[in-house]
Amino acid sequence: MNTELFGIIASFALMLVIGIPLGKYLAKMFAGEKVWTDFMKPVENGIYKLSGINPNEPMDWKQFLKAMMCINLLWLVYGFFVLLYQDKLPLNPDANPGMTADLAFNSIISFVVNCNLQHYSGESGATYLTQHFIFMFLQFVSAATGIACAVGLFKAFRDKTTNDLGNFWAYFLRAITRLLLPLSIVVALILTFNGTPSSYADKDKFISLQGDTVNVSRGPAAQFIAIKHLGTNGGGWFGANSSHPLENPNYLTNITEIVSQMIIPIAMVLCFGYFIRRKKLGWVIFGVMMIGALLLLIPSIGSETGGNPAIAKMGVSQVTGAMEGKEVRIGPTATAFWSTFTTIVSTGSVNGMHDSTMALTGLWQLLGMMINGFFGGCGVGVLNYFIYLIIAVFISGLMVGRTPEFLGHKVEAREVKIAALITLLSPFLIMAGTAIAAFVFTNHGSANWAVKPSAWLNNPSFHGFSEMLYEMTSANANNGSGFEGLGDNNIFWNLSTGILMILGRFLPIIGPVAIAGLLAKKKYIPESAGTLKTDTITFGLMTFAVILVLNALSYFPALALGPIAEFFSMPK
Amino acid sequence: MKSNIIKSIRLTLVLTVVLCVIYPVAISLAGKLSKGRGNGETITVNGKVVGYANIGQSFTQPKYFWGRPSAVGYNAAGSAGSNKGPSNPDYLKDVSNRIDTLLKYHPYLKRSDIPAEMVTASGSGLDPDISPAAAKIQIQRVAKVRGLDIEAVTALVNQHTEAPLAGLFGPAKVNVLKLNVALDALKK
Repeated sequence: MNTELFGIIASFALMLVIGIPLGKYLAKMFAGEKVWTDFMKPVENGIYKLSGINPNEPMDWKQFLKAMMCINLLWLVYGFFVLLYQDKLPLNPDANPGMTADLAFNSIISFVVNCNLQHYSGESGATYLTQHFIFMFLQFVSAATGIACAVGLFKAFRDKTTNDLGNFWAYFLRAITRLLLPLSIVVALILTFNGTPSSYADKDKFISLQGDTVNVSRGPAAQFIAIKHLGTNGGGWFGANSSHPLENPNYLTNITEIVSQMIIPIAMVLCFGYFIRRKKLGWVIFGVMMIGALLLLIPSIGSETGGNPAIAKMGVSQVTGAMEGKEVRIGPTATAFWSTFTTIVSTGSVNGMHDSTMALTGLWQLLGMMINGFFGGCGVGVLNYFIYLIIAVFISGLMVGRTPEFLGHKVEAREVKIAALITLLSPFLIMAGTAIAAFVFTNHGSANWAVKPSAWLNNPSFHGFSEMLYEMTSANANNGSGFEGLGDNNIFWNLSTGILMILGRFLPIIGPVAIAGLLAKKKYIPESAGTLKTDTITFGLMTFAVILVLNALSYFPALALGPIAEFFSMPK
Repeated sequence: MKSNIIKSIRLTLVLTVVLCVIYPVAISLAGKLSKGRGNGETITVNGKVVGYANIGQSFTQPKYFWGRPSAVGYNAAGSAGSNKGPSNPDYLKDVSNRIDTLLKYHPYLKRSDIPAEMVTASGSGLDPDISPAAAKIQIQRVAKVRGLDIEAVTALVNQHTEAPLAGLFGPAKVNVLKLNVALDALKK
C-alpha cells in the first residue's frame, strides 16, 4: 500500500464520518426540531425582519417555486450589469477590464445556477469586488437555493396529505446560517493557515533566484475557495482552479477541499430518509449512489495510475502514474479520486486538468456528469435522483400491472410525463448542443468571432470532439469543469452554454418539486401487501438498472465518437 | 409577485453584508495570524524576497535544480495547464523533445530513470515541487557545475525532501525553490 492510496482512503473515510451525522443534523434542523445551532435564531430573526419575510407562512408548490424563481431572476439581472461594468467599480487593484456582454451573460448564469463554468480567468477577468460580491455571494445562495428546493420536496412526503411545502425563505436562510456559513468559516481558516491568501493585497512582484521578474496574483481567495467546495460550486479564484498552488497549497488542503465538496451531497441523501421518517429509504438511495460512484472511481484511478501508454513507449518511468496536467504535491491517485467526485457531485473544481487525463478517465468524468444523480450538487442531486425514482416506480408498476405508487401516493400520467420530459431534456440539450458545435466547427471555421471556430480545439481528432462534448455536458449538468483546452470565450460558446446551463438548472428543479407538490396533494394510501416497497434493496437495484439503461441508451453513441474512440486509437 | 420582488431585494442586500463583507473581512483578519499574514508565504534571501514558497519558478541554469515544464512559463500572474490530450501527436513530440533535452544535460541517465513529471507540464503551470526521484537524477549535474561533493548535494536533497502528510498520506516531494536557496547558501 502506498501513501497516495492511503491519502484517498483517508479522504473517503472522512467524507463518511462527517457526511453521515451531518445528514441527521440537517433533517432535524430543517424540520424545526431542537438542534445546537439554535443560537443562530436571533440572527435569522433579524434578517427576516430586515427583509420583511414571515418564515412561518406556508407555501404550496407554486408559491414555493415562484419565490425561488423571483430571487434567482433578480441575481441574474443585477449580476449581469455589475460584471459588465466591473472595471469602473471599486476593489479592482489589478485594473482588470469589464466583461464583454456575452461573457457577462455566460458568467452570471454560470454562478446563479451553481455551475461555475468559467470562460474567464480569475487573475485577469474578474475584480475583487465581483469575485466576492457576485461570484462568492452566488456560491452561497445558489447552493442554498438547491438545498431549499430539496427540503421543500422532502416536506411534501413528510406528511400524509398536504399542500404545504414549507417556507422557501426559511429553508433558504437556514441553509446559509446553519450549514454553509459556519462550515465555510472552518474551511477558510484551514486554508488560510496552510498558505492560501486571504488578504485584500493586490498583485505582488519579485525578482526570482535566476533574475526573472515575476508577478504573482493573490487576493482574498481562502474565503471563496471554502464555499466553492462546500456549495458544490467549483469556480476557481485562479484560472487553474484547485491545481493552483495557492488555491490548494498542500495535501492537507487537498483532503479538506475534496471532503468539503462531498459532505453536503452525502448528507442531503440521508437527510431525505430521516426527514420523511423512512431512514431506510435514505440508506438504500445512499447505497445505490455509492455503488455508482465507486464504479466510476475505481477504473479512473486505474487508468491514471497506469500512466499514458504513449509516454510509456518512450521509455520514461511513470512510477506514480500520468503526470500531464497534474501537481506533484497531489499526485495522480488523488487527482483521479477528485476527478470522479467533482464530476458526480457537480462541483466541477479540478485539482488537475481533465483535458489531459487518460481517454477512459475522460469517459468516466463525462458519464458522471451525464448521470448527474450520484449524490449530485447541493440539493439538486437528490432532485435529479428523484426523477430516476419516479421513472423506476413507473416501470416497476408496469411490470407488476398495478398503478404505481410512491410513498403512499398514486403516481399518475401527469407526474410521469413531467419526469419523462426532464429525463429526456439532458440528452437532448447535450446532443443537440454538441451537434451544433461540431457543425459550426466543420462548416464555419472562419467565422469572425473572438476565437475562430477553426481554432476552438486544442487537440485534434477524437479528443477534440470530446472537448466540445465535455463543455456541453458540463453546462447541462451544472458542473462547471471543462476540457479547458477549448477556446470557449467567444459568442458561440458563451451563448450556447449559457442557455444550456439555465435550462439544465431550473427545469430539473421545477419538475421534481412540481411532482412532489402534485403527489402530496393526493389522498394517502396506507401500505398494504400489494404496495411496491421503495425502501428495499430490490427496488434500489431496479433504480440502478433504470439509471444505467437510460444513460447508456442516451449517450453511448456520443461517447463512442469521443473518449472510447480515443482509447482504442492509443498504443497498448 | 410584487411582494416577492421586494423581499428578494431586501434579503439580497442583507445577505450581501453578511456574506461579502462580514465573513470575508473576519477571515482576512484571522489570516493575519498565519505564516504569510494572509498574503502568501514568501522566501527571502538577505532580506530580499526571491519568491513564494508555494509558487514554482523557472529554473533553466545548469547550476540549479530544475522544476517541471510549465505551460505558462511560470508566470504567476496567470495559471494554466497545457490541456493537451494523451493522444495528441504534437504533444507527444514535445514530450519526446523534453526527454532529449534532459538526456543532453544529464548524459549519465537512462530513459527509464526519468520521472514522468520532468517531461510533462503541471496543471497550474506553477507547480513548486518535484518528486525526490526527480531531484536525485539532477544531483550529479548540479554538483559538477558547482564543484561540490555529490555527497553534500545528496545530503541537501534528502534534507529538503518533505515526507507525506503525517508520514502516511499523499506523495513525498521536494520544493525546488527552497532546495535551490539552500544550495546557493552551501559553502564550497
